[in-house]
Amino acid sequence: MSKYLVNLKINNIPVSVEEGTTILDAAKQLNFKIPTLCNHPDLSIAGNCRVCVVEVKGQRLLAASCATPVSEGMEISTNSEKVRSSRKHVIELLLSEHNADCTKCYKNGNCELQELSNEYRVGDHLFLDLVRAKDKIVDISSPSIAKDDSKCIRCQRCVRTCDELQAVGALAVVHKGDHQKISTFLNKPLNEVVCTNCGQCINRCPTAALTERNYIEEVWNAINNPEIHVVVQTAPAVRVGLGEDLGLEPGHRVTGKMVAALKHLGFDSVLDTDFTADLTIMEEGTELLTRLKKALVDGEKVALPMMTSCSPGWIKFQEHIYPNLLENLSTCKSPQQMFGALAKTYYAQKKGLNPKNMISVSIMPCTAKKFECDRPEMRSSGFQDVDYVLTTRELARMIKQAGIDFEKLHDENYDSILGESTGAAVIFGATGGVMEAALRTAYEIVTGREVPFTNLNILPARGMQGVKEASVRINNVLPQWSFLEGVELNVAIAHGLANAKVLMDAVSAGTANYHFIEVMACPGGCIGGGGQPIPTSPEIRKKRADAIYSEDEHMTLRKSHENPEVQQIYKDFLHEPLGHKSHDLLHTHYKARKRY
Amino acid sequence: MENKTLKKIDLIFAGYTSTKYKVLEKTFQKTPDEIINEVLDSGLKGRGGAGFPTGLKWKFTKNQESDVKYVVCNADEGEPGTFKDREILERVPRKVFSGMAICGRAIGAKEGYLYLRGEYTYLVPSLLKEIEIFEEYSKQYNYGFKIFIRLGSGAYICGEESALFESMEGKRGEPRNKPPYPTVSGYNSKPTVINNVETFATVQVICKIGAQEYKKLGTTDSRGSKLFSVSGDTPIAGIHELELGMPLQEFVDEFGDGDTKAVQVGGASGHCVPRKQFNQTVIGFEGIPTGGSMMVFNSSRSMYNVLHDYLEFFTEESCGQCTPCRVGCQQLLKGIEAVKRGERPPSYLEDLKRLAQTMKIAAKCGLGQSVANPFNSIIDNFREEIIY
Ligand SMILES: Cc1cc2nc3c(=O)[nH]c(=O)nc-3n(C[C@H](O)[C@H](O)[C@H](O)COP(=O)(O)O)c2cc1C
Ligand code: SF4
Repeated sequence: MSKYLVNLKINNIPVSVEEGTTILDAAKQLNFKIPTLCNHPDLSIAGNCRVCVVEVKGQRLLAASCATPVSEGMEISTNSEKVRSSRKHVIELLLSEHNADCTKCYKNGNCELQELSNEYRVGDHLFLDLVRAKDKIVDISSPSIAKDDSKCIRCQRCVRTCDELQAVGALAVVHKGDHQKISTFLNKPLNEVVCTNCGQCINRCPTAALTERNYIEEVWNAINNPEIHVVVQTAPAVRVGLGEDLGLEPGHRVTGKMVAALKHLGFDSVLDTDFTADLTIMEEGTELLTRLKKALVDGEKVALPMMTSCSPGWIKFQEHIYPNLLENLSTCKSPQQMFGALAKTYYAQKKGLNPKNMISVSIMPCTAKKFECDRPEMRSSGFQDVDYVLTTRELARMIKQAGIDFEKLHDENYDSILGESTGAAVIFGATGGVMEAALRTAYEIVTGREVPFTNLNILPARGMQGVKEASVRINNVLPQWSFLEGVELNVAIAHGLANAKVLMDAVSAGTANYHFIEVMACPGGCIGGGGQPIPTSPEIRKKRADAIYSEDEHMTLRKSHENPEVQQIYKDFLHEPLGHKSHDLLHTHYKARKRY
Repeated sequence: MENKTLKKIDLIFAGYTSTKYKVLEKTFQKTPDEIINEVLDSGLKGRGGAGFPTGLKWKFTKNQESDVKYVVCNADEGEPGTFKDREILERVPRKVFSGMAICGRAIGAKEGYLYLRGEYTYLVPSLLKEIEIFEEYSKQYNYGFKIFIRLGSGAYICGEESALFESMEGKRGEPRNKPPYPTVSGYNSKPTVINNVETFATVQVICKIGAQEYKKLGTTDSRGSKLFSVSGDTPIAGIHELELGMPLQEFVDEFGDGDTKAVQVGGASGHCVPRKQFNQTVIGFEGIPTGGSMMVFNSSRSMYNVLHDYLEFFTEESCGQCTPCRVGCQQLLKGIEAVKRGERPPSYLEDLKRLAQTMKIAAKCGLGQSVANPFNSIIDNFREEIIY
C-alpha cells in the first residue's frame, strides 16, 4: 500500500508526514520534544502514562501523542496552557505514588521521572503521599534483579519487554484501580517464577523499580582485603558500552582505558573473558564436529541442531520453556564460567596462588550472569568459580566512586596469562558473533582453508534481523573430515528470546533443518545485555555492534584457534578439546524447570 | 426548549406476540441501506450512556471493507444504579436478539456476541433457550446469523467497549487507544458494532412501528423513550419507561418522596443536580443525558458520603493503566477526606477540581474522563457538606 502524505500544523508550523505517523514522531521531525514515559522505541505503543498529551484544535480531549496518528488538517499545540497544566498534573500524580527518596536512590541521576519533575519544577507537594509501606519491601529473592514496587510508575514497559521482546511473560499487570501493580505469577518472588534474569526489563525501566542486584560493596571489600587476590575478567561487550556511563557517546571502544581503570581500582589480575571465548570456540566447535560425525558416520542418534550455551538467560529460558530440547544445548559452559573454573585452577597454579585466597570477579553486560555464577554446577574448581558478577553499570559506578577521570586514562594491556584474545572472541558480544567465530575456526579445521568470506567477515551472520540464517557448503575437506565432504552446513541465529522462540517452535515441530543455532537472550546480543548502560534503543545497539566489529578488524589475530594462550593451555593443561580436564572444568549440564 | 412533560410509555416490554421473530421477517425484506436509513431516521442514540447516533455507527461499520465483522451487545451493565438491561434480557430477550440480527444484516456480520455481566450468569439458561429458538428461525429463513454468549467477570471497566473487546479476546480488560474506533477495529481487530442491550431492543421496536412513529416521541436531540432505573429515596423504585426530554422537576414530582434534595442523573459517572436546578434541567441529550440511572436523594443524605462512595467506586474500578485516572481517583478520594478532617484547607477543593478537569481531558477512557461529572457537580452544589 502506498503511503499518502498528511498535512498538518504543529505549533503553527506546517509539516507533511506519511500517513500513519504518530503526532509524537511528526513533532520530532520539527524538533519539538514532547516528553514521554511509557513510550519506548523497542516496544509497542501503550499510551498509558499520559505525559505526552497534546491539544488538537477542535477536540475536547487531549490526545496522547505517542498513540495518535496524524490526520489531514490537524492543528496541534504541544505546549498550550491546557497541555502544560495537564502534563504537570500527571507528573505530580506519578510522584505522589512514587517513593521519591531520590538522593538515596540507586537510579539517582538516571531516572526519567526525576528528569521530568526537574524540568517541570514540581516540588510543592500538591498531592497527598500515596506510597504504601508494604510496597517499600524490595524483592531481592533473585540474585540478578531487584524489584521495588514503591518506585514503580506502572508504565508497563517491563511487562511489554518481557512479553514482546522475550516471550517470557514473567511480569504482568495484576489487580485494578489503586491496587493495580506489576507482579509475577501468584505474586511469587522473582526467583520462583519463569524469569530468565535477562534484565531487559531493567534496561527499559524509567525509574528504579527494576534494578540489578548490585555487589559493589562486596567487591570493594575483596579488593581492600590484603589477604585476597582479586582476579577480574571483562566480557567482550563491556568495552563498547562502558563509555556511555562515563560521559562518552555510544559506539566508543574503551578497552585500554577500561583495563587501566580496573588496575587503578586495585584488582590484582586484570584478565579477559575473551580468552575463554576463544576457548569456547575450540570446545564448542569440536563438540559440533563430533556430533556431526556421530550423526553422519556412526549413525548414532545425537541431538541436532546443536545450540550455543553462552547466554545464561537463554539457558534458563530453555530449562523452563523447552525442557525437551536441553540435549540440543552445547555442554560448554559460558565463557564467564570457563574462565572462573580456570582462574582458580590453571591460573592459580601458574601464578602460585592459593585458590582459597582468591576472589574471582567478572564484569558482564549481563544480569543473568549473576544467577549463573550462583548455580550449584558452577563449582568445578572446588570453590565457587566466579564469586561476584558486576554489570557494566556497576563498574562505571566504581570508577566514578574512585574518582578516576576515565577519559584521561592511558590505555593499558590485560595481564597475562588469560589476557590474550582474538577478534573472533570480541565479536561474541554481538548477535551472530559466536556463529561467525565458530565458522572461522571450524571451516579451517575441516578444510585447512580460511572461510570463503572477504576479510573473514561473515556478513550473513551480522546485523539486527531477529532471525538470521546462513548456509556454508564444505568442499575439498582434509582427509580425516571426509564425512563432511559436500555437506551444506545450515546455521541459524536469533537474538531476543521472542525470536529464539520462533526457532525453537520450528525445531520442535521438525520443520527446521539446521545443524547449529546461536541464541543470545538479549536484543542485539550481549551489546544489548541487561547489564549495559541505560538507555537502550536500536540505534544505540547498532553503534555498539559497529564498535565491536571495528575492534575485530583492528586485531592482528582474528581466529580463535590462533590464540597463543589457547594453544598453550591445551599443551600444558587441558591436552585436547573435549578431553578429560575439559569435561571436568569447561562443560556442564542443565536441568528442566517448571513453567509455573 | 421543546416543552415536554413526563409521559409513561410502554414500548420496550410491550407486545411479545406468539408469532416469534415476526419483525425480522418484515425487516429482512429491506436492503441493508434501507435498514440503516430507518435507524438513522429514527434519531436513535445509544442507550448505554454515551449517546452516539446508532444509525451512524452502523453506517460507518457497513462502509468498512472486511470479510469478517461482528455485532456485540453490551450487557455488562455495571453503572451503579442501572438495572434495566437485566430486566430486558429477562423479559424480552427476543427483542435484543432481533436487534442484533438486524444489525448483522445491515452491516454484513455473521456473528453476534452478547457480553453478559458475570452477576447475570443465572440468565444464561433462559437466554440459551431463546438463542435456540432464534437459530431455528435463522435457519428456516436462511439468515445465517449466529449468536453467542460471553461472560464478564466482574470489572466495571469491561463495560467500556474497547476493554470489553480485550476481555472477549481473553486479555486483561484495559481500554485501548482511540482511534481506531470499534467501527474500524473492534473485536479481533475487525469492524464491530457494539451497542447497549436497550439500544438493540429499541431497534426492534423501531423496525416494528417504523421510524416515523417512533420519532413522534421525544425531542429533536433526544428521540423516543427510554428505560429509567429509579432508585434511592423514592417510594416507587424500579424500572420505568419514559419519554425523553422531560424536565427533572416533573420526574421528581412523580418519583420523589416529597423531600428530594438532589438527583444523581446517569449513575456514579453522571451529574448531580440539586433541588434548585430541577426546574431548568432537561433529561435528554440536550440537557443531562443518562444511561438510565436516576438516584434520588432526600435531605437525610450526606452528599459527602454520596461523593465518597462514588470516589471509592472509581478508585477501585479504574483499570489502573493511565495516570490521571489511577492516581487521580485516589487523590480526589483522599483529598476530600483530608479536607473533611481539616488536614487541608477548604481551598484545596479548588486544586482537586482542577485535577478533575485534567482527568476529564487527559484520561485514556470514559471512566477517568467522567469522574469530574459527579465530583464537580457535588462540590459546587454541596460545598458546605463536604467541608463540615
Ligand atoms: C467505564 C465505562 C463503563 C461502561 N459500561 C457500560 C455498560 O455496562 N453497558 C453499556 O451498554 N455501555 C457501557 N459503557 C459505554 C460503552 O463503552 C459503549 O459506549 C456502549 O456500549 C455503546 O452502546 P450504545 O451506543 O448503544 O450506548 C461504558 C463506558 C465506560 C467508559
Ligand atoms: S481512564 Fe481509568 S479506566 Fe480508563 S484507561 Fe485510564 S485508568 Fe483505565
